[in-house]
Amino acid sequence: MIPVIIAVIIVVFTLLYLAPGDAASVILGSTYTEEAAVQIRAQLGLDQPYIVQLGNYLWNLCHLDFGESWVSGVSVASELSSRVPRTLAIGTASIIITALAGILLGVTAAVNQNKWQDTVSMILALLGTSLPGFFFALLLVLVFSYNLGWLPAYGMGGIRYYILPVLANSVGGIAMLARQTRSSMLEVIHSDYITMAKSKGLKPRDVIYQHTLPNAMIPVLTTIGMQFAGVLGGGVIIETVFSIPGVGYYLVTGCNNRDYNVVMACTIVISVTFSIVMLLVDLLMAAVDPRIKAQFAESALKKKKGGKAHA
Amino acid sequence: MMKENDIFPEVKDLTVEYVTKEETVQAVNDVLFTLRKGKTLGLVGETGAGKTTIAKSILQVLPVPPAVVKSGEILIEGQDLMKLSEDEMCKVRGKRVTMIFQDPMTALNPVMTVGHQIAEVVQLHDGVSGVEAKKRAEEMLEMVGIPAARYSEYPDQFSGRMRQRVVIAIALACNPDLLLADEPTTALDVTIQAQVLDLMRELNKVKQTSMILITHDLGVVAEMCDDVAVVYAGEIIESGTLADIFKKPTHPYTLGLFGSIPKIDDDSERLNPIMGLPPNPADLPNGCKFHPRCPYATEECARRDVQMTELTEGHFCRCLKAERR
Repeated sequence: MIPVIIAVIIVVFTLLYLAPGDAASVILGSTYTEEAAVQIRAQLGLDQPYIVQLGNYLWNLCHLDFGESWVSGVSVASELSSRVPRTLAIGTASIIITALAGILLGVTAAVNQNKWQDTVSMILALLGTSLPGFFFALLLVLVFSYNLGWLPAYGMGGIRYYILPVLANSVGGIAMLARQTRSSMLEVIHSDYITMAKSKGLKPRDVIYQHTLPNAMIPVLTTIGMQFAGVLGGGVIIETVFSIPGVGYYLVTGCNNRDYNVVMACTIVISVTFSIVMLLVDLLMAAVDPRIKAQFAESALKKKKGGKAHA
Repeated sequence: MMKENDIFPEVKDLTVEYVTKEETVQAVNDVLFTLRKGKTLGLVGETGAGKTTIAKSILQVLPVPPAVVKSGEILIEGQDLMKLSEDEMCKVRGKRVTMIFQDPMTALNPVMTVGHQIAEVVQLHDGVSGVEAKKRAEEMLEMVGIPAARYSEYPDQFSGRMRQRVVIAIALACNPDLLLADEPTTALDVTIQAQVLDLMRELNKVKQTSMILITHDLGVVAEMCDDVAVVYAGEIIESGTLADIFKKPTHPYTLGLFGSIPKIDDDSERLNPIMGLPPNPADLPNGCKFHPRCPYATEECARRDVQMTELTEGHFCRCLKAERR
């Protein structure tokens, strides 16, 4: 995981280094003069060779120093410390709703295969996957804020401000997860050990929740992990639509202003979060599926043995 | 005459089809047999003859859709299983009627410990506490020759034949009245096969369990069964006692089956197979289902349906040759 994060940092840094745009012109704006620009570049270390700049950046990162915003001059780290919790709150709430609703829809569809419940769930899922999240965001604002006046349309405050963004952010994921759960459930339902579970005299409910669902969850878990990436990425759009001062909104502002320190920091935060989530998913998979756990244990044993042999 | 509660079970006119948009597969056609309590019936036939479908329809665990039970009664002590509600059927499955599945590699839930898979059925039907069920499950494991210490291991830590023994332990855990064994020994080597058969025989003796043994191994049939029914293309084409079928096989297909067993003192270079292939069950031939492969077939065989004829008491054969006698 750590090599992945370092690689991401280096790639993003290099891309932004190569990208057009000049820190000095951003900082100086209309007061731009050639001398002031040279002075600022020297001050920020931008006149130094690529490898030195990269080294400095990584060294600063070790102290959690992301530099300062070129536009506002505020420390990026302190900005992030207030923005990350908001984005994580929206992301976590969205993924929980996505998982619950998606799995429920998928199970309902699979259990009632080819009946009306199946058709309804799959039509909903089709709508959810084919319509983009920001469209839903606007639709929700139109209905619940503009027409009904129940919920605020934008900004930050109490929990009421989170409801619409979280809903809008979940729709696509729910739809995808419902389809994945349905197909995974159907595959398991037709396997021999489910017939076996039925022939033990278990009630249909118990067959579904004790035998089918745990097996069907294995591929679904990976999808949920991937969904989290989608939710973080989708957060960029949702936060912009709802004007929520989170990481996504910060990233968009940074891009618009060519404020590269901000862009770098936001990208790193998102990729680190994603790596951690994927690690958690892997651990969760091992907990659910004894076959994966056995694989982990085996490779750990091999490493130990191999290490001894080399020593 | 047999007394009604002596019969366990009686299957009447069982017809099962698999219906899909493209075709209708006639898997089981008008199957009829009776089994006395404590006896063992061997269902013999080629792969795809409908043996497993017969067993699954007794338990009512056929995949619906595509399976459709067109008609049939399955009587246990005068009660028709087909008329029971799903709730009542749940009390029969796993307790009074159990099944050993064919493929041990896929019959166990991969994310549940083997011990729990046995304890589950004990707890469900015998109304005992979790601790008690665990103890019973451990005893069952020991009984099929697996150390009780492996209770909390998962199926993938077991070899194929150990899994088969777990499957058998599950089927025997609640002392069933009727055991449906679908090729219980096919996946096992001969030593273990003998152990498993001994185990089943003992249960049969001690608990008076009736058994339906599905197999294509005539050796196992000779060793285990009291009665034999030969299945071809979803029909029973000959049935009778073990002696009837083995000493006086009458139907050309049964004759062919015995003819295809190689003899140890024979000098022949080649085996004697039954010529041709089993018919496509989605497109069965008219008249006698076996006539395209039958060496004695006449033009009449293709024209009319053949009924079961009783040759001697309890020995039935579905062949025009027998009908004319």
